[in-house]
Amino acid sequence: MSTSAVSAVRDAFERMAKVDAGPTGLNCILWTDEGRALDDAAAVDAIPSSLALASMPFVAKDNIATTHLQTTCGSRILAGYVSPYEATVVTRLRDAGAVLVGKSNMDEFAMGSSNEHSAWGPVLNPVDRTRVPGGSSGGSAASVAAGIVRIALGSETGGSVRQPASYCGIVGVKPTYGRVSRFGLVAFASSLDQVGVFGATVQDAAVALEVIAGRDVRDATSADCPVDRYAAAATADLKGVVIGKPREYFPSSLDPRITKLCDDALDALRARGAEVRDVSLPHTDLAIPAYYIIAPAEASSNLARFDGVRYGLRVEAKGLREMYESTRTRGFGPEVTRRILLGTYVLSAGYYDAYYKKAQEVRTLIARDFREVFESGVHLLFTPTTPSPAFEFGAKSDPYDMYLNDIFTATANLAGVPAMSVPIGNIDGLPVGGQLLARHFDEQTMFRGAFALEADRAGKP
Amino acid sequence: MSDAKRTFADYEMVVGLEVHVQLLTRTKAFCSCSTAYGAAPNANTCPVCLALPGALPVLNEEAVRLAVIAAHALEATVNETSIFARKNYFYPDLPKGYQISQFDKPLAEHGKLVIGSNADGTPITVRVTRVHMEEDAGKSVHDRYPGVTAIDLNRSGVPLIEIVSEPDMRSSVEAGAYLRALKQVIEYTGVSDANMEEGSLRVDANVSARLRGETTLGTKTEVKNLNSFSGVERALEVEFARQVEVLIEGGEITQQTMLWDADRGEVRPARSKEGSHDYRYFPEPDLPPLQLARAWIDQSRVSLPELPNAKRTRFATVYMLPPTDIEVLTANLPTGAYFESVVKAGAEPKAAANWVIRDVLQEVKSGASIDTFPVEPSSLAKLIGMVADSTVSSSAAKTIFAIAVKSRDLPADIAKREGLLQERNEDALAGWVDQVLAENPDVAIRFRAGDKKLLGVLVGLVMKASKGRADPKAINQLLSARATAGE
Repeated sequence: MSTSAVSAVRDAFERMAKVDAGPTGLNCILWTDEGRALDDAAAVDAIPSSLALASMPFVAKDNIATTHLQTTCGSRILAGYVSPYEATVVTRLRDAGAVLVGKSNMDEFAMGSSNEHSAWGPVLNPVDRTRVPGGSSGGSAASVAAGIVRIALGSETGGSVRQPASYCGIVGVKPTYGRVSRFGLVAFASSLDQVGVFGATVQDAAVALEVIAGRDVRDATSADCPVDRYAAAATADLKGVVIGKPREYFPSSLDPRITKLCDDALDALRARGAEVRDVSLPHTDLAIPAYYIIAPAEASSNLARFDGVRYGLRVEAKGLREMYESTRTRGFGPEVTRRILLGTYVLSAGYYDAYYKKAQEVRTLIARDFREVFESGVHLLFTPTTPSPAFEFGAKSDPYDMYLNDIFTATANLAGVPAMSVPIGNIDGLPVGGQLLARHFDEQTMFRGAFALEADRAGKP
Repeated sequence: MSDAKRTFADYEMVVGLEVHVQLLTRTKAFCSCSTAYGAAPNANTCPVCLALPGALPVLNEEAVRLAVIAAHALEATVNETSIFARKNYFYPDLPKGYQISQFDKPLAEHGKLVIGSNADGTPITVRVTRVHMEEDAGKSVHDRYPGVTAIDLNRSGVPLIEIVSEPDMRSSVEAGAYLRALKQVIEYTGVSDANMEEGSLRVDANVSARLRGETTLGTKTEVKNLNSFSGVERALEVEFARQVEVLIEGGEITQQTMLWDADRGEVRPARSKEGSHDYRYFPEPDLPPLQLARAWIDQSRVSLPELPNAKRTRFATVYMLPPTDIEVLTANLPTGAYFESVVKAGAEPKAAANWVIRDVLQEVKSGASIDTFPVEPSSLAKLIGMVADSTVSSSAAKTIFAIAVKSRDLPADIAKREGLLQERNEDALAGWVDQVLAENPDVAIRFRAGDKKLLGVLVGLVMKASKGRADPKAINQLLSARATAGE
């Protein structure tokens, strides 16, 4: 990379202006400080070394703690909040020479699949501005798709990186649970959350993941597992790789155009020597119900700290109870409110066993499905990422319809396995992503498959 | 036909106690902030214990080690796997909106504590249901700034253990005995100061009433805002009396939280608009299950410091002291340590016990600290030896001790300086004896004639003549010898 950091950062800001990244346009970038970014870039340029991400501008989702730029999680309740500390993932990227150029818009507190639920307005899909970019990491996905940056940080709880990657035609990676530190990622559902990466290419995503992955003593759930060289995962062929095609992800109701693109992708993998097998993950249909109990439950607890006492919005009132109620009513949007209520309900006395406990038990069945398939000799699974390309704004106004968007992605979060979306074609000009899933901590094989898919797409429309 | 109305004596008090103890770790349970007392408000805080967005807890190993020691001291079984859980509720001094505690699988279970003995010598035991780990909340300060409540989060995240007893106590006296025994055991382990007045030990009491002979438990109430052991005892009696009165009138006890008002000696219901709180416990997803190796658990039990019961037994067999002495000497670690140092420096155990119990502790009561007592154990041992070999009289020794407490001088130096050394020079003694016999001829004649009763009188007269410096034992011997010799 011979570009200087300063010129790369200048290009990023020029591009922001050109595509109109702000509220009058894509609305993908919320907070930015060009002067500061240029100072950071100059500091990178002053170091005569070959850092892994030297002079790479990047954008971080607004639920990732950064000093200087705000961290609002797309919510009024954190309007103006500047974190006194920086998330581990941000520190690691900056130590590798990358320069933070902005915080990206998102569904409020990462709850959403379209980025229509942000307090700061929706994000537009750069490919088609009448359509959603996906969510909840819509702003990060749009920033990469619009060419502002090549890498962006997002977060995953039920598909919030893979789904927008699919809708925006870029690469999106959810690492194994515990692969990347959550210290500084504002928690939504602690047992599901992971920081994810977007890349303009598989290579971009691979390098970024390599840099941020690895144990962090400040996150007790981060794993002490060696980080492989994902950027070097590409191989000449896929001989010996067994790819499973789980039938539950190819229901008869699936849009046949998506099925066709997936089959084409599998053919391409076969052509490189991979064996493709039909497999079954029988408890797949329980993923959405389990997810929509576990995630809101943990969220209802994680969001209790937003109470107007120490930071963020406080609506002054006569007494403590009124202050709590006014602050949280004014501060939280309807989707967040809905999920906090749902989560509180499923944890409450008399309902805990039937809902939360039961959902966690179901979760073990979903995890077991993956374990059994992987133990039978399968290295990768291939599925569609989403059941459709990007939909139009307002098309999914019923929350239930919106929740069903996570149908192919939530299983990976529940089981903790790594998964990524890679562009596999277009339908009516709208991008569609294919999803690869791998064994726990085997991002290496996952990237190997992704490089192959990407190479196959080179030159295709 | 109705039963005769029941009386107070028909009812039995049933008490269970929940005791929270602060562990003496250098840093907090889930972050590296200092636990040191006395810092400026909110000085000992960080993103974790402030519950800033994105912060995560990491478990303090030392807190686990101390908690396990406490569990062993209470003879509880330490679980190899235990789970942290979130206890969810809103309060300004609880920054996360939940407390990290333990619920379904606590650190330790099924322990016990001996709190005394019955008349026949059998021990009175209270069972300990569980010992679990949790974090402390911050402090709400209501009276420093007018019209507002100030929150100090220095205490937020300090590690605690909660010790829950079975409802085995049947009187306020037993409750008090349990608390005193528990405090002593905890002090002996060194895991906590266990001081209720300073807040490192807190008590919530559960009390119910039932007819004597019944085996089912009555509805209990929880009593909070207890500030001393005697306060606990009084509060239990007041609340029990209230419950019995309700039951005698045919009413039912409402399960609720009562607050103790020490100034008024009353309990009253806590002001709360809701019923019993639903804490929506669920396993803490940010902390993996705590796994302790069986070998490590066993090793930590083997290396426990000496506990009160073992110490009491040792004092009985090694020093052969009576139980009343032992109770006083083992009441706390510093007293026992001081006593043993005196013995180690050469003093005879019973004499050492007498001096410590009678004289040293008297000074301690007036404000001296036994940890930094002005008379070193070696000095006291020396003094005791000086009495034993008659270098000084026992009354002179008391004088010397009193002077040593103030001046910190050595007893031998004080004795010399104050002229308190007993005279044993034979010529000097003979001189005083002769003088007394000469000055009291009729006593002398009767004594020589065999009236042994006059020995004491003569000894007293010689003591007076020598201005107290004569060794009474030597005088006694001398006079007896003269009487025998017919002089």
